[in-house]
Amino acid sequence: MSEYLVQFNNISKFFGKVIALKDVTMKLKKGEIMCLLGDNGAGKSTLIKTLAGVHKPDEGEIIVEGEQTIFDSPKDALDMGIATVYQDLALVSLMSVTRNFFMGREPQKGIPFFKSFDIEKANKIAAERMGQIGIDVRDPSQAVGTMSGGERQCLAISRAIYFGAKVLILDEPTSALGVHQASVVLKYIVKAASQGLAVILITHNVHHAYPVGNSFTVLNRGKSLGTFEKKNISREKLLSMMAGGEELDKLEVELKEIDRASKN
Amino acid sequence: MSDKSKSIESKKEFSKDERLKKISVLKVLLNRPELGALGGSILVFIFFGIIAGDTGMFSAYGTLNFLDVSANLGIIAIAAAMLMIGGEFDLSIGSMIGFAGICIAIPAIYWGWPLWTSIIFAFAMAVLVGYFNGILVVRTGLPSFIVTLAMLFILRGATLAITRLITGRTQVPGLRVLIENDPIAWIFATDSFKWLFNWLGSKELIELRTDGTPLATGIPPSVIWFVALTIFATWVLMKTRYGNWIFASGGDKVGATNVGVPVGRVKISLFIGTAVASTIFACIQVLDAGSADTMRGTLKELEAIAAAVVGGCLLTGGYGSAIGAAFGAIIFGTVSMGIFYTDVDTDWFKVFLGAMMLIAVVFNNFIRKKVTESK
Repeated sequence: MSEYLVQFNNISKFFGKVIALKDVTMKLKKGEIMCLLGDNGAGKSTLIKTLAGVHKPDEGEIIVEGEQTIFDSPKDALDMGIATVYQDLALVSLMSVTRNFFMGREPQKGIPFFKSFDIEKANKIAAERMGQIGIDVRDPSQAVGTMSGGERQCLAISRAIYFGAKVLILDEPTSALGVHQASVVLKYIVKAASQGLAVILITHNVHHAYPVGNSFTVLNRGKSLGTFEKKNISREKLLSMMAGGEELDKLEVELKEIDRASKN
Repeated sequence: MSDKSKSIESKKEFSKDERLKKISVLKVLLNRPELGALGGSILVFIFFGIIAGDTGMFSAYGTLNFLDVSANLGIIAIAAAMLMIGGEFDLSIGSMIGFAGICIAIPAIYWGWPLWTSIIFAFAMAVLVGYFNGILVVRTGLPSFIVTLAMLFILRGATLAITRLITGRTQVPGLRVLIENDPIAWIFATDSFKWLFNWLGSKELIELRTDGTPLATGIPPSVIWFVALTIFATWVLMKTRYGNWIFASGGDKVGATNVGVPVGRVKISLFIGTAVASTIFACIQVLDAGSADTMRGTLKELEAIAAAVVGGCLLTGGYGSAIGAAFGAIIFGTVSMGIFYTDVDTDWFKVFLGAMMLIAVVFNNFIRKKVTESK
């Protein structure tokens, strides 16, 4: 058994002539949070979709718990315990917390052909699970639309964990949230990892990623600039790598020139 | 920083208490989609109770009369409501009624089929039409409004053309004699609880004819179907996995697909549902009238959608109820019959129908905002 829960080795993806990803490698242990950082257009979305089974990689291998696998569909990835929470969260705001929590995987009871959705059981589990992350759902039949953005994010993550996720891929979970809400979500992500999940946190916000991540993979123009342990890299260094350090340096020089010009 | 977080905490505590107090019976009711239609029905009954209370509208015979009209509309309104919750429309309901009618009548009268086989034939055609509507919408991704609008014309045109080709006319009479001893037709053509009405008649509790038999002979089949379908649809929507999939498919197609809901299959089955409901409607009316008319069901699709909307269904899908649609149908049925008992010119019925729908849409919109707004 490999020490890694999941390994993505030298993943490449081409769309016609366009090289969307080239030789991206990521390895995750249990309980590890890896932050995938990259500016817009760095190839984050393509990478997520490849990890989630939406795209098939053109090169490279995916190894889950020591076994090499190929994902033919998102369902394949899900069956292997790799769950992705997309930015839209796959929540229906007009439906209740419970109905969203169990959407597509409703517990049933009763005799064949007359099976009914076991709402009582579902309500209980949903309320319990939300309670565990400190969200007090007063009424699990309340519509998700009445919840805050952070609570919705937590609901989506909690749902993925309940249905057997071992590796959690989170797509920009904090991008639409305020400071307080974001910290609630980040706290929950750390808690989930401490229970033995591996988390891939995709973000372009270093300030959200740095406090929670154990390691950081920086993506730029479809290529990985490497994976760094937290102790080996500073927040500032990450930031400059993400944006393409040279560009930031150039910007700084230009700004100084503008500054000088205006003073004169 | 710590002070700030403390103040947030305390604020949270405070607002929580506040919210707990606010959850009243009214608020629970307001969160139910059928509230508007239920209230509307009560208002309509009170209105006619005052205006037409002594005219015989609420006698056993009068009541069954307006219930029959409501029930007929209700059968298709419930199916339309389920489809709307699933996020789609079916404008071909009315044409399907006409088409199903001749599917029953032509084989039975002109080809010599036993009545029950032609009824089964009509239902088989309904499944085909519904499946075709559904697969077209799901595969092409076109709005169901357009696809089923096309089907409205195609079906009505085909009904007219085929009937005239085979029979040379636009009506097919002569079905009544075939109903007797048919193993299936009675399901759509028999009054129920006749013993109850006979007993009530013998005690002179309800109006009698001059020969001493009661004027109202039993519960019409439409009402039985209507009640059964309302219960069935409500059970499906509220208490089954498939029901949850209907809400999910209409609420957010992409999200539902991402968590494994077979959205395409759900929608296709709902289109089959509206076509089958139209055929039930057609069976009841054709067997009651004893003849099929190519124009039967004209504009019924709009009445069905109107009843569903009054019943709390959102035009955008994902919200609504079968009970609401049932009450919507009762409102329309009661008013369309009740207006005969008043001095009001019956021409005003359509005005009422439109006004009622406008009020319902505004009300529903308000409810949706209430339900989806962030705290």
